[in-house]
Amino acid sequence: MADHSPSGPAGAKVLATNSTVDAVVAVILFVVGAVVVEESYRLGSGWTDDGPGSGYFPFYIGLIICISAIGIFYQAVFSKSRDKGAFVDREQLGRVLSVLVPALFYVLGIVFLGIYVASAIYIALFMMFLGKYPPAKAVMLGLLVNVFFFLMFEVWFKVPLYKGKFDPLAFLGY
Amino acid sequence: MEAFGSLMGGFAVILTPTNIGLMFVGIILGVLIGVLPGLGGANGVAILLPLTFTMSPTSAIVMLSCIYWGALFGGAITSILFNIPGEPWSVATTFDGYPMAQRGKAGQALTAAFTSSFVGAFIAVLMITFLAPLVADFALEFGSPEFFSVYLLTFCSFVGMGKGSPFKILISMAIGFALSTVGMDTVTGQLRLTFGFHELMRGFDFLIAVIGLFGIGEILLSMEEGLEFSGKSAKINPKVVWETWKMLPRFWVTSLRSSLVGIWMGITPGGATPASFMSYGLAKKMSRTGDKFGTGEIEGVVAPETAAHAAGTSALLPMLALGIPGSPTAAVLLGGLLIWGLQPGPLLFVEQKDFVWGLIASMYLGNIVGLIVVLSTVPLFASILRIPFSIIAPVIIVICAIGAYTVSTAMLDVWFMLGFGVIGYVFKKLDYPLAPLVLALVLGDKAENAFRQSMLVSQGDLSIMWSNKLVGSITTLAMLLLFWPLISKIIAKIRPPKTPDFPENQPVD
Repeated sequence: MADHSPSGPAGAKVLATNSTVDAVVAVILFVVGAVVVEESYRLGSGWTDDGPGSGYFPFYIGLIICISAIGIFYQAVFSKSRDKGAFVDREQLGRVLSVLVPALFYVLGIVFLGIYVASAIYIALFMMFLGKYPPAKAVMLGLLVNVFFFLMFEVWFKVPLYKGKFDPLAFLGY
Repeated sequence: MEAFGSLMGGFAVILTPTNIGLMFVGIILGVLIGVLPGLGGANGVAILLPLTFTMSPTSAIVMLSCIYWGALFGGAITSILFNIPGEPWSVATTFDGYPMAQRGKAGQALTAAFTSSFVGAFIAVLMITFLAPLVADFALEFGSPEFFSVYLLTFCSFVGMGKGSPFKILISMAIGFALSTVGMDTVTGQLRLTFGFHELMRGFDFLIAVIGLFGIGEILLSMEEGLEFSGKSAKINPKVVWETWKMLPRFWVTSLRSSLVGIWMGITPGGATPASFMSYGLAKKMSRTGDKFGTGEIEGVVAPETAAHAAGTSALLPMLALGIPGSPTAAVLLGGLLIWGLQPGPLLFVEQKDFVWGLIASMYLGNIVGLIVVLSTVPLFASILRIPFSIIAPVIIVICAIGAYTVSTAMLDVWFMLGFGVIGYVFKKLDYPLAPLVLALVLGDKAENAFRQSMLVSQGDLSIMWSNKLVGSITTLAMLLLFWPLISKIIAKIRPPKTPDFPENQPVD
């Protein structure tokens, strides 16, 4: 973040500058604000018979979002001191996606296999593919961590976690 | 001295073997949270909150607040040994802490950091002990306009005292408020901003936002850097501790000043991070050896650590006495109180004496326990940081997912957590502050209710915010802070400012 050279820290190809992303985010936030305003207006942003309507408060909140978004957009696009530093270069984006995409599949895995099984698989695969650990070590650690979590949540603190649609751990009786 | 008697009562409540045990567990978990990247005070407490649902409220708050103290202590370890601030408020500690470690004085730096953390917290707890009951007493007279004006002051002070674009602070806050209105409107029973999705009827739980924004977002940020830890080793033995302790009284002026800065920034929601920077800057300006700051001055460790801990502790004062948290972590603790069926605010001091004074007593004990634990276990925690990131990262994501699920046993929340994680990553990179968003999400309902009730009383006339001296002066102060960025610009036009000698890479909290 501190690096302000246009080519990024390692000379990798910069995909976007901070000011560009800033402007794009401002536009998205403006739309969000507009939706809030519209919805609040629909709900009744004015004065009803028994006091302020449901949309009375969110209406102004939506307005603040819209006005601030315009301010941020202006600062990002027209300000002389706008931040031309790199938001993300190709290598960084790759690293971030290498965590984010597996995390998406992990959450999908929880839906079907439950938290414990999905977590064991996730930790093992993460270590094998991103950490380059030998499979035996990775699988062992994945199992160990989740046995610990199982004991901690199901047995000691009696907080049941999600077991998944297929419930592969049903035989344990928890 | 009524407070003193109540405090003794509080000690009697918490001095049970179970509570002392929980204190140690809490501190150790807290230091762990503070040391690990991606887990911080706010989301660490959020994740562990569900574990306490089966405990009594007093035991639960003892453990949770100890996790918080632990996290405050833990941040210093990574800053000094690894030059990686484990928490945003320990960034300023790296300026002199890491150079000291490089010169082989890691033990001294750590002892100084822990001890000054302890001193800062202690002074802040003393302040809470005597001030909180008074504030609560005073606030018993508050009506809804007064409460709304205090909420207004809380949020406006983010704008007035924050760094960076005021628009970004404002929008972050407004997004929090907007998210808090999603779901069933408690007054009219209408569904708001759910767009026909029944799952959204419950609204967004701020704990999910905290876990996603601070936990997942932080992991994504750390991953981007391709983080590899390379740290100095630390040996702390009683001799080093003793010798450092002998040096510390020399810096009593710095300690006192930093505590005051911390207390002020903690009560007003400036937060621990700006407090630590401000106190470092002040110490640099006022110290005789100020020009040597940054090369490994022990005073440069004392100043930010004292202030950060004092701020972190005093953030609990408005949370307890007014029901308005001064920091995201205090907000999470407030969420805990609500879950246990306790209503934070002035009435808490009347109705739940045991609980309040138990908590305050646990602040004293927790910090002593914390000091002992961290001084004796530093090498252990430093070795945790040598575990490769490719093991820590998936485990932390798993912990976050479990934490998000347990908040209200809903799978949808885990998806929201991922979404908030991406938002947190982008917002952090673009310098949007996250604390106002979280606080607005927590306080949204209450602020809206206070606003509505005030408007009902005055039939929609905003002048009720100036209807008496008290509410008028709070509102005026809030407006002053809200427009402070504009006012300070005008002042700067009239009188050109001195060049700031503040560290430039100050992060937004």
